Amino acid sequence: MILIVLRRLIQSIVVLFLVALISFLIFRFVGNPVDNLLGQEATVQQRADLEEALGLNQPIYEQYISFVWNALRFDFGNSYRGALPVAELISSRLPATLELALVSALFAVFVGVTTGVYTAIRRNSFLSKLILSVSLIGVSLPTFLIGVLLIWIFAVELRWLPSFGRGEVIQIGWWSTGFLTVTGLKSLILPGITLGLYQLTLIMRLTRSEMLEVLNQDYIRFVRALGLSDRKVHFNHALPNTLVPVITIAGLQLGSIVAFAIITETVFQWPGVGLLFINSVYFVDIPVMSAYLLLVGGLFVIINLIVDLLYLAIDPRIRDNQLMGEA
Amino acid sequence: MDRFLHSDLFYDFVRSPIAVISFVLVSTLILLAVFANFIAPTNPFDPASLNLMNGFTAPLEPNAFTGEVFLMGTDDQGRDLFSAILFGLRVSLFVGLMAVALATGIGVFLGLLAGYIGGWLDSLIMRLADIQMTFPSILIAMLIYGVARGVLPPELRDEMAISVLILSIGLSEWVSIARTVRSSTLVEKEKEYVAAARLIGLNHFRIMLRHILPNVLSPVLVIATITLALAIIAEATLSFLGVGAPPTKPSLGTLIRVGQDFLFSGEWWILLFPAITLLLLALSVNLFGDWLRDTLNPRLK
Repeated sequence: MILIVLRRLIQSIVVLFLVALISFLIFRFVGNPVDNLLGQEATVQQRADLEEALGLNQPIYEQYISFVWNALRFDFGNSYRGALPVAELISSRLPATLELALVSALFAVFVGVTTGVYTAIRRNSFLSKLILSVSLIGVSLPTFLIGVLLIWIFAVELRWLPSFGRGEVIQIGWWSTGFLTVTGLKSLILPGITLGLYQLTLIMRLTRSEMLEVLNQDYIRFVRALGLSDRKVHFNHALPNTLVPVITIAGLQLGSIVAFAIITETVFQWPGVGLLFINSVYFVDIPVMSAYLLLVGGLFVIINLIVDLLYLAIDPRIRDNQLMGEA
Repeated sequence: MDRFLHSDLFYDFVRSPIAVISFVLVSTLILLAVFANFIAPTNPFDPASLNLMNGFTAPLEPNAFTGEVFLMGTDDQGRDLFSAILFGLRVSLFVGLMAVALATGIGVFLGLLAGYIGGWLDSLIMRLADIQMTFPSILIAMLIYGVARGVLPPELRDEMAISVLILSIGLSEWVSIARTVRSSTLVEKEKEYVAAARLIGLNHFRIMLRHILPNVLSPVLVIATITLALAIIAEATLSFLGVGAPPTKPSLGTLIRVGQDFLFSGEWWILLFPAITLLLLALSVNLFGDWLRDTLNPRLK
């Protein structure tokens, strides 16, 4: 068991170093820091001095090591645009993205589980069929079109909700929050729905199929025979057993939230990390790109590691297979 | 042809309304895109053909100044939207098809190598695929796009944007194809005809390309069709975000991006028609791919 955990850990660290290598190569060779800092007219002597100062004349592996070391201390160099430290830029934008992700995840889990349970219990009702067909359309719409359509309906035609930005935010230390003002909360609704919709349909379908499976099992028939009310059967006995796979799949999908967040933030001009990244791609702001790659890569590796280890802990069959593979 | 008309595939095709409808839709859209020069009433990118007075004409309503009527209306510069959509469709389809061709080429090549040769090469390629799989492909496409822009000198960036787009989407979608080819190759290479080919002294490359490849192609066809739908959506998304097709060569995604700006002033058609076209395209390719998968290779489900 310890051996497997150790092997997974080592694998993750290798992947992390690989991601770091790619982002180092992008940082060092795609954007040439000397050209960007000095411009075209610099003399050879100036260039040499700057290379010396930045450590660019050291052997390449030493530069890589110092890149990784700096990254571990959240030092990613300066953005080409505005010359602000990248770490500062990212940390100022992180609260916006995290709040949006939180709202969309809550929305997706809450509505997804509710509709999933409903469509499983009332399988043949008109509403269930309606929900299922709407969700099918929802899956085939690209995220950015969903966002644009929501803006059209709720911001342009009905004028209920704002179409861009975070509204008023309140600063608490380095964290800026939109949870405490009316405009801030209103601004969260449309982007939250846009970002959460895909996960919602996924969670709903999964909950529904798991629920249908569980409802057919003997222990459910047994508690029904005991004379418990439908309500108790569904919510106290059936639902908890459907949640384990739902939670793991939702966890694995966290990675795709990062990608969808970039799209959502662009549609709604949401001042988060995703918008920062897409702007850095557009303006070829290499340090921001490489820092973003490093952070997202780290996040994905950690998520995958946790999910893998959780599986090992939950399902003994996987554990045994692994051990057999070992021998 | 006669053989095709009597095949199982054709039999299934005729009996599935979804397959027929989606096939007709896809072919219509492809024909519209290919013959855009002849079908489009105007050339939307010839400044001489534009009349600013025609700006913001609603669909099928005569313009207040010139009295001209446009099927889908015009944009701010008086460009006929129907023509712009036909040419946008052409860009979207071209990028999608080329990206899938690239992804299929890479995927088939690496999958064959990994499956046939095996050993450390197999583990290397498959580990790479695993790592890439953990990242959403649209994110990888964005990164490749950004890096390619960084490598190119600024004056070439717009000119090369379409090629860069193809490269970034193609490189982000090869994994699923490589995996499928590898697993089919693993099965095929144990069969007797491969042993026979080896026995008469054919070299490995010949065996891979002439003997194994034709036998692993049918699942590739299915995955390539489904990947085409993904690639079209990915292209539209990138272009919508402003990191795809340039404004001088707009795809459907670029048109939607432009249309979004005019929503607030009430010109809904500039957004709606490109969006519907994109949806029809993506949906019909997707449905056709699903049908192909269910018919040719139900196991892939």
